[in-house]
Amino acid sequence: MSELSYRDALNQALNEEMSRDANVFLMGEEVARYNGAYKVSQGLLDKFGSARVVDAPISELGFAGLGVGAAMVGLRPVIEMMTWNFAILAMDQIVNNAAKLRHMSGGQLRCPIVFRGPGGAGGRLSSQHSQALEAHYVHCPGLKVVAPATPADAKGLLKSAIRDDNPIVFIEGELLYGVKGDVPDGEHLVPIGKADIKRPGDQVTIITWSRMLLWYVNEAAQKLADQGISAEVLDLRTLRPLDEEAILTSVRKTNRVVIVEEGWPLASVGATLTDLIQREAFDDLDAPVQRVTGLDINMSYAANLEAATQPSVERIIAAVNQVLYR
Amino acid sequence: MHSPELLLRMYRKMVLLRKFEERAGQAYGLKKIQGFCHLYIGQEAVAVGTHEALRPDDYMLTGYRDHAHPLARGADPGMLMAELFGKATGYSKGKGGSMHLFDIEHHFYGGYGIVGGQIPLAAGMAFASRYRNEDRVTVCFFGDAAANQGAFHETLNMAAKWKLPVIYVCENNRYGMGTDIRRVSAEPEIAKRAIGYNMRGESVDGMDVLKVFELVKECAIDCRKGRGPVLIEAHTYRFRGHSMSDAATYRSKEEVEEERKSDPIPKLRDEIVLRKIADDAKLDAIDAEVKKECEEAVAFAEASFEPGLEELQHDTWVAPGEADQRPRERVRGVKVEWPSYPSGDQLKVSWELEPKAGHLSVVKEGAKR
Ligand SMILES: Cc1ncc(C[n+]2csc(CCOP(=O)(O)OP(=O)(O)O)c2C)c(N)n1
Ligand SMILES: [Mg+2]
Repeated sequence: MSELSYRDALNQALNEEMSRDANVFLMGEEVARYNGAYKVSQGLLDKFGSARVVDAPISELGFAGLGVGAAMVGLRPVIEMMTWNFAILAMDQIVNNAAKLRHMSGGQLRCPIVFRGPGGAGGRLSSQHSQALEAHYVHCPGLKVVAPATPADAKGLLKSAIRDDNPIVFIEGELLYGVKGDVPDGEHLVPIGKADIKRPGDQVTIITWSRMLLWYVNEAAQKLADQGISAEVLDLRTLRPLDEEAILTSVRKTNRVVIVEEGWPLASVGATLTDLIQREAFDDLDAPVQRVTGLDINMSYAANLEAATQPSVERIIAAVNQVLYR
Repeated sequence: MHSPELLLRMYRKMVLLRKFEERAGQAYGLKKIQGFCHLYIGQEAVAVGTHEALRPDDYMLTGYRDHAHPLARGADPGMLMAELFGKATGYSKGKGGSMHLFDIEHHFYGGYGIVGGQIPLAAGMAFASRYRNEDRVTVCFFGDAAANQGAFHETLNMAAKWKLPVIYVCENNRYGMGTDIRRVSAEPEIAKRAIGYNMRGESVDGMDVLKVFELVKECAIDCRKGRGPVLIEAHTYRFRGHSMSDAATYRSKEEVEEERKSDPIPKLRDEIVLRKIADDAKLDAIDAEVKKECEEAVAFAEASFEPGLEELQHDTWVAPGEADQRPRERVRGVKVEWPSYPSGDQLKVSWELEPKAGHLSVVKEGAKR
């Protein structure tokens, strides 16, 4: 076990997987000589050379598709998107090709590729650079979507993603790179599709993922504990496929649910979770499910507007009070 | 001089492509085939000339006008037709249909329905060949209209910069659906665009199978030697509408009649007769054989079952340990060769995509051009 930043945990995962398997290569903007826009690929060019750590031109659609083509014939590309905002330009290759190759070919082809990079608000960047877009990909059959919150999960999930034979959308938290935590050394694999109880509790379940956990949910849960309320915090970690069993088990224990997500409220992951819970655990619910989301507006630059657009500890506590009828 | 065997093989293949498409068109009229269905009639010289110039293990892929290319590569006509019919015996078990044919056994990597979407894939396949130090080339077909996609620009830039062994063949049939390509292209001569990527650009009479063959053969040699990608513009023409639902009112009857005069099949036939490689009787016999083969393909498709509903559970994700589907093994019960790749510890990557270090000197770079 070592204390590592989220960034270094990802770096370790890449380093270990690239050492283990020469079919793995990393391509993206600024990943090689610049060592990564967020320094996730620090040192990898020197170690693995310029065919395995490739600086791409600013052609998201082009190099995403290049990665898909390489995956179709046996390589295992890791395609870094400088941020997921820019991956919108690559969505055709991710959604129309990567996600559909297995299907269109009737099982003749597989597409073992990881698209990874930071998502969510980056801090004072306004609307085009502050979006939590996971719902776009969660919508699509054929993709798996992963969004780790902690350094340990970041490492373990990236290693699993690289070994998976399906296309993976791996969304890191833009503000999480500097966060530190204990990370198991060497072979540490976190299974894709498994949620994790980050804090056990029995009066209310707070479901969340990625940065919301560390920025708001942990603090809200602690404040609630100080008031004598025991909240269970469930970190989904994988958004597709959903760990329905873990979600429903927790709901059946606490009977009350608050979902916290950074993204917009309409057609979101939280909306889908709400649907799942009311269908599968209606009789276990003691209150309607409450959701705390980013506001249904575009992100502003001004510090106060930016903060007020996102979920907050106060809004989470208010939602918990609502489901507890306090 | 081209060998008699080659000419006869090309002739047979072009006739096969033509007759297969005629049968597909008929079946469409009978609603046996539905959805979008894009026939290749008129363009046969491009697929056949290209295929014959390649090695069987070279990679090939194209857009949605994709019945001809796998046929040229040697795919099973009955199983292709079954795919068009939406049957379980099709190459993709009826999941892909006309626009998404895949025959990996014959290194045909698909038909893609998003205009230009296959262009980056081809660069990635060529990247993989280079990465593994294989001397394989990838050939990617696309239409004239696809050359106006961003994917074209983004990919050709990367392919040329990294000297990827890929041949891009633009099948310029003068129209993207109903739009004359000259109406929407500032530079309608697509081969010229290669200059902007510092890569080799060639244009060829796509109605002449031998000219296509010669050019692709020569470009493939270049490509295998690591000299980088090539953009070929093959001037061709589709005799039918864009898809089965297109009455093609945007072009004149006279224009189509004029273009039909350069039909690639009679052209090759004349050459074969002129060179006394075969007489009309022998060529008619080939025609009859191929006709029978296509009738059998239709009968096979007709007699096959629809996929079982349990198929809904398959082919969205790959389960751990799940093998790939080998269509001819599944349908015909024959053992087929399937691509295999070196494992992660066998593979040694020796390719240096960029010089190890150092800054690019502005002066030096400029002087190169
Ligand atoms: C991205 C995208 N836009 C539009 C379409 C609809 N569409 C299908 S084929 C086509 C014309 C393409 O023409 P071209 O590239 O010249 O190929 P051709 O059909 O002539 O072989 C269009 C507009 C599509 N499939 N994909
Ligand atoms: Mg066209």
